[in-house]
Amino acid sequence: MEIFDVFLLEAVLNGLLLGGLLALLALGLNLIFGVIDVVWICYAEMMMIGMYAIWWLHVEQGWPLAAAFAAGIATVALLGAALHQFVIRPVLAAEPINQLLVTGGVLFFLQAAATVTFGVEFRNLGVRLPGVAIGEMNLSLARMIAFGVAIAAIAGTWLFLSRSYLGTAIRAISQDRGIMPLMGVSPGRIYLTTSALGGGLAGLAACLLVLQYDIHPAIGLSFGPITFLICVMGGLGNLVGGFLAAFVFAQFIAVGGFLFQLEWGYVIAFVFFIATMFWKPEGLFAKR
Amino acid sequence: MLELKGVSAGYGAFQALFDVSLRVDAGEAVAVIGPNGAGKTTLLRTISKLIEPTAGSLSMQGRAYNAVPPHEVIGLGIAQVPEGRRLFPRLSVEDNLRMGAFLPAARARFDERLEFVYSLFPKMKERRMQMAGTMSGGEQQMCAIGRALMSGPKLLLLDEPSAGLAPVVVQSIFGLMRTIRAQGFTVLIVEQNIQQVLKVVDRAYLLETGRIRQSGDAATLLASDEIRRAYLGV
Repeated sequence: MEIFDVFLLEAVLNGLLLGGLLALLALGLNLIFGVIDVVWICYAEMMMIGMYAIWWLHVEQGWPLAAAFAAGIATVALLGAALHQFVIRPVLAAEPINQLLVTGGVLFFLQAAATVTFGVEFRNLGVRLPGVAIGEMNLSLARMIAFGVAIAAIAGTWLFLSRSYLGTAIRAISQDRGIMPLMGVSPGRIYLTTSALGGGLAGLAACLLVLQYDIHPAIGLSFGPITFLICVMGGLGNLVGGFLAAFVFAQFIAVGGFLFQLEWGYVIAFVFFIATMFWKPEGLFAKR
Repeated sequence: MLELKGVSAGYGAFQALFDVSLRVDAGEAVAVIGPNGAGKTTLLRTISKLIEPTAGSLSMQGRAYNAVPPHEVIGLGIAQVPEGRRLFPRLSVEDNLRMGAFLPAARARFDERLEFVYSLFPKMKERRMQMAGTMSGGEQQMCAIGRALMSGPKLLLLDEPSAGLAPVVVQSIFGLMRTIRAQGFTVLIVEQNIQQVLKVVDRAYLLETGRIRQSGDAATLLASDEIRRAYLGV
């Protein structure tokens, strides 16, 4: 192989674009875990519901795409708040395994609900964005948009968490929940807000994914496990670690897929994950 | 300003306070003294509604607030510096102070009060970007008091501010108490360090096994034989 291979560069760039999207997914899941200490195993399925909501509003109801996107984000944000209120809150004090099981139950519930409501056919918006040729490389415009929006959303979330009162309270509550009332903060309300925010981020990811992928009830499985592994690799609850791990993971998928076959990209990424767990079980970027 | 009448409270089946009545008038500094396990912390936690009283009434500026949820008590003008300081260790000093100004009414005056806190504790300004958990105990106590002041309280509750600090630092903490009093804050302070605290307050209550045993002028209590024998060892 030559030292400079334009197709390898294309794979690296595609990995970078994919990394942005995975980083967005990881941010939502990490935020929930970091603040509430519960893993939403059904996170990608909530995103799937968002994809269906966008498809249904745009294709079946004739809403403009922008309105359908906004409604999709709002739907998943509400779904996140509802998940917290009705599923997580009753098991907040329960064993972690029970919390994992209930959100796992919600995963199958959402999959089944989507299958019953929309069937198993693959749906799409019928929007086909063109490719962008840069020299000999051909990159997808949808992926470039997804990357740009994901990075902007991550930056926005970061600013919110670091600069606003509510964001500061979200960071504070995981450090000392018991004294939050002395600050005038109702812990229940912070949990609900965080859940809606995490849901909203999944809703945004749904907007970006419907531009690239067909919708079907099992699409969550293509993203859920990867998102979870990225969060674990970066150190569960560590937002910066998750962000970096998303790009590392995406490069394994993209470059591994380029050098061998697409499926092998995933295999290599997972082998790397397993190796990571032996080598640094607390996560690649854990602060010690 | 603050008035408790016949307050009882506890944890589950364990009752820690029995029929406690006390009052703090505007501009006063009042101490609740007593041995370890007397219920002093429980008393402050009850005043802040972190514990629901099982009997009795709580009122602030003539308004009963038994029915107010815990996170709204600070809105009545009651801020607490909890036992062990309880800063957010991985937030910066300034973010800790920001949390103290979480209420919408306090946010509007954040800059002004931040200046005030920094003028009281210049060290906090130097350390404003430092993680609160990495500071010394005395500095953390300044930050915790500053955080409570950020809400612009009418009444400041202080729970064992000298606990767990080196003797030299304890001296400076009681210096801080005088500074805060000089600013005109009304203060209710709970302390085991009886000799020291009685020198900075106007009045005090002696709490033993959940009951008020004695109350009066700080100077009178300091001179009382019972207190001298039991707590000051003279």
